[in-house]
Amino acid sequence: MSPERGPVFLARRTYRRRRLADAARLLPIVGTVLICIPLLWQGEGASGATRTTMAMFYIFGLWVILAAIAGIISRHLRAAENKEPPRGAGS
Amino acid sequence: MAILNVLALVCLLYVVFLFTVAFAADRAARHGRGKWLRSPYVYTLSLSIYCTAWTFYGAVGFAARSGLEYVTIYLGPTLVMIGWWWTLRKMVRVGRSQRITSIADLISSRYGKSNLLAVFVTILAVIGVTPYIALQLQSVTLSFAAFSETEQAGAALPDMQSTALWVAMGLTLFTILFGTRNLDANERHHGVVMAIAVEAVVKLCALLAVGVFVVWGLSGGVSETLARIDASEIARFEVPGSRWIGLTMLSAAAFLCLPRMFQVMVVENEDEDHLRTAAWAFPAYLMLMSLFVVPIAAVGLDVMPIGANPDLFVLTLPLMAGHDGLAILSFLGGFSSATSMVIVAAIALSTMVSNHMVMPIWLHFTGGSAVISGDVRQVALLARRLSIAGVVFLGYLYFRVTGGGAALAAIGLISFAGVAQFLPALMGGLFWRGATRTGALAGLGVGFVLWQYCLFLPSFGPSMIMPQTVLDHGLFGLSWLRPQALFGAQDMDPLVHAIMWSMLLNTGAFVLGSLLSFPQPIERLQGAQFVNVFDHSSTTGGWSGGMAQSEDLLIMSQRIMGATEAQALFATAARRQGLAGYLPEPSPDFLQELERELSGSVGAATAHAMISQIVGGAAVSVEDLMAVADETAQIMEYSSQLEAQSQELARTARQLRQANEKLTQISVQKDGFLSQISHELRTPMTSIRAFSEILRDTSDLTAEEKSKYSSIIHDEAVRLTRLLDDLLDLSVLENGQVVLNTQTGLLSDLLDRAERAAGVQVGTLKVERERAAEAFELTTDLDRLAQVFINLIANARKYCDGDPPILSIRTHEVEGRLVIDFTDNGSGIPSEKQAVIFEKFSRIGETKAGGAGLGLAICREIMTRLDGSVSYLPGQKGAAFRVSLPLQRRMAAQ
Repeated sequence: MSPERGPVFLARRTYRRRRLADAARLLPIVGTVLICIPLLWQGEGASGATRTTMAMFYIFGLWVILAAIAGIISRHLRAAENKEPPRGAGS
Repeated sequence: MAILNVLALVCLLYVVFLFTVAFAADRAARHGRGKWLRSPYVYTLSLSIYCTAWTFYGAVGFAARSGLEYVTIYLGPTLVMIGWWWTLRKMVRVGRSQRITSIADLISSRYGKSNLLAVFVTILAVIGVTPYIALQLQSVTLSFAAFSETEQAGAALPDMQSTALWVAMGLTLFTILFGTRNLDANERHHGVVMAIAVEAVVKLCALLAVGVFVVWGLSGGVSETLARIDASEIARFEVPGSRWIGLTMLSAAAFLCLPRMFQVMVVENEDEDHLRTAAWAFPAYLMLMSLFVVPIAAVGLDVMPIGANPDLFVLTLPLMAGHDGLAILSFLGGFSSATSMVIVAAIALSTMVSNHMVMPIWLHFTGGSAVISGDVRQVALLARRLSIAGVVFLGYLYFRVTGGGAALAAIGLISFAGVAQFLPALMGGLFWRGATRTGALAGLGVGFVLWQYCLFLPSFGPSMIMPQTVLDHGLFGLSWLRPQALFGAQDMDPLVHAIMWSMLLNTGAFVLGSLLSFPQPIERLQGAQFVNVFDHSSTTGGWSGGMAQSEDLLIMSQRIMGATEAQALFATAARRQGLAGYLPEPSPDFLQELERELSGSVGAATAHAMISQIVGGAAVSVEDLMAVADETAQIMEYSSQLEAQSQELARTARQLRQANEKLTQISVQKDGFLSQISHELRTPMTSIRAFSEILRDTSDLTAEEKSKYSSIIHDEAVRLTRLLDDLLDLSVLENGQVVLNTQTGLLSDLLDRAERAAGVQVGTLKVERERAAEAFELTTDLDRLAQVFINLIANARKYCDGDPPILSIRTHEVEGRLVIDFTDNGSGIPSEKQAVIFEKFSRIGETKAGGAGLGLAICREIMTRLDGSVSYLPGQKGAAFRVSLPLQRRMAAQ
């Protein structure tokens, strides 16, 4: 975990894998922020601008996208890890 | 009544089907078949016990009451799943490497295998989850009731209590049959997991079928459905931000902390890799589960009569439309959700109860020793079975006592909030090495009390348990202690209010307690292993098993693991240690392995306690901790030891090489001496023979010639005698047979005598002396000492190649010893020869003066006898010898 443990410049594949792990870490944070977006819509006047159906489309669309991205990331993480057995799963 | 009978039959068939599936899966797993059992999709589907009957029926009710808010219950777990790289990966790794059996086990393991903590977590979990089990029983009975309502009124309404009792009994039977098949709770329950996976498919299909029916059957298409939603009471998205965020966080926390989720996610996990699939597949499953909830709710609100229970829309909508088949499928969906939840929750809770409460108590009452007679294995299994029955019965009791009213419907989120109290201790334990047992206990205690006070007790309704006055005016009339407006936080949603305060103060107490307390060595060790699990997932540590009796350990293990397994384990360990038979040395490694094996059966804390009883209470010492926790230090120390050893080896090798060189030289010298001595003996003998023959055979010799030849023969004989004398002298000296003739005299006189005797004449060698410094009176064997001096001076005379040759003799006193240096101005003795000149037969180069190489050897022997020494003094201009003598003799003589 300390910087001096590994080489200064990683092989391209290792580098890619590290960035994928970063993406995997980042995804739930991005997801949390995006899930909170509908809360911002509520202030738009008393006429009931935000319809449930609209929020539904947003939320379910987001849901599908998040699952898809998670799928892509974890699939590539697996492929990358298989090619790089010597290093531990640690980051 | 027909439909009820059909329903009962379908239920029965379904249960038989589940038993068959579980049985087949168990069988396949035991025979090593069934790779599909270990599929990541089975794992993903088993996670779906998150969706209980409360979510199957309740989500629609939730949506009918507060619109889209229900999705938060599914969004939280989605975020946790897609963030698997953060937490789940670590939890699963820790769970596998430490052979964790439950969340209580994980927390107790992390904080030094503390059983107190385990008991605390177990109690909290039982209190939090029991109402949830009651909720499942309620949903099943309610759905039965929904069917009976469509029948003619009064046609023998089934007794709700008895329905619940039957369901509870059936579930207990199933759980005991498939959940306690093997004692090692760490092994997968293939049958149970497979049954859950099947149930997951059933409930998803049921809900999707109802959804499709509502959207395309009742409403007539997507756009019409959307129009209906827009026209309904829940058309507007009016979710308070605090609830939206609070509930998402709560469901995420509960997803990690619920004992049943921990069971399927961590304990039943077959392969860490399955998480990768679950990371996207489970969010997708949750999405599908919640996809049709709002349409069903909106259409239900529109179609159903006012006052109909929205919780049962999933069931009543198809029933009202006359689709009995769909209704039965929907019922099965709800039934699956309820049963799978109860089964897994019962397994998880019973593991906790039996490992952390029943077993320690049993061990305590049976004399506190695991070595006493009695089959621990049977006791452990019985404890687990009884615990299962107990947990389900508690749920049933709760259901009966509360009467299955509206109070129960709210229990889902309350239960979530209860188990979420584990979160700070759990996350802190996984990510913060500074987290301590004291902190965990403080946090859990504070969180538990606040949850009880703010949420759980008020949930029974006013004046049920908590008096109305307390609700209105606070405890002891202190208004800032009002359960739903703590510290003056008024007008908040009670749920969000309780979550906020309990989690905040829980975390605060946890952090503060950890900062202020000091952990025990074993806590620090476990902390390092949990937090840095990816660096070294192998070791937990610290048995110093010197006193452990392998046989006692074997007896104990046989009782817990079964004779065959225990013997196999012991035999393998013995073989690894290179021993025959069944009893390995109780090495720390072996004890650690054994403890881990046992902890799979009885939990980490109990296993630790049992082994420590036998090993002699040896817990982790600070030394162990230092050694194990900081492996790098150990390795570094080891390598430096190796380095030191190799340096020592190199030194020894050098010394050996030197000795060998010396031996070789000595051998060469000996050979040289033999040829020399024969030469030395032969030359005089030859001349003696030749001249004596001349004297004998030649008659006309002049007197002068006779005299000359005779003197040659005499001289040669003298030379021979001298050589033989030397050899004899050396032999006597070496054998210690010499008798010292002690006299007293002056050093200067001795040197004068030696100079004369050495044949020093003007022109051959100049001797430089400092007579003033030679005024020492010696009491020793002066003749022998003179012999040494003579030898040294004669050597200088013979071998010094200076021009002109000069020998300087310097005398001084060093540390109570008289030191006399004989230094000439020749080319000295080459360094490779310096080591051997004092050896017998040693000669430098070709002899010029016919020495036999015995002089210096004799000198050394003499000086040894006189308690002094003679040595070569390197680093002078020419050859230099130092003679040193003790001066005590002189002092004693005075």
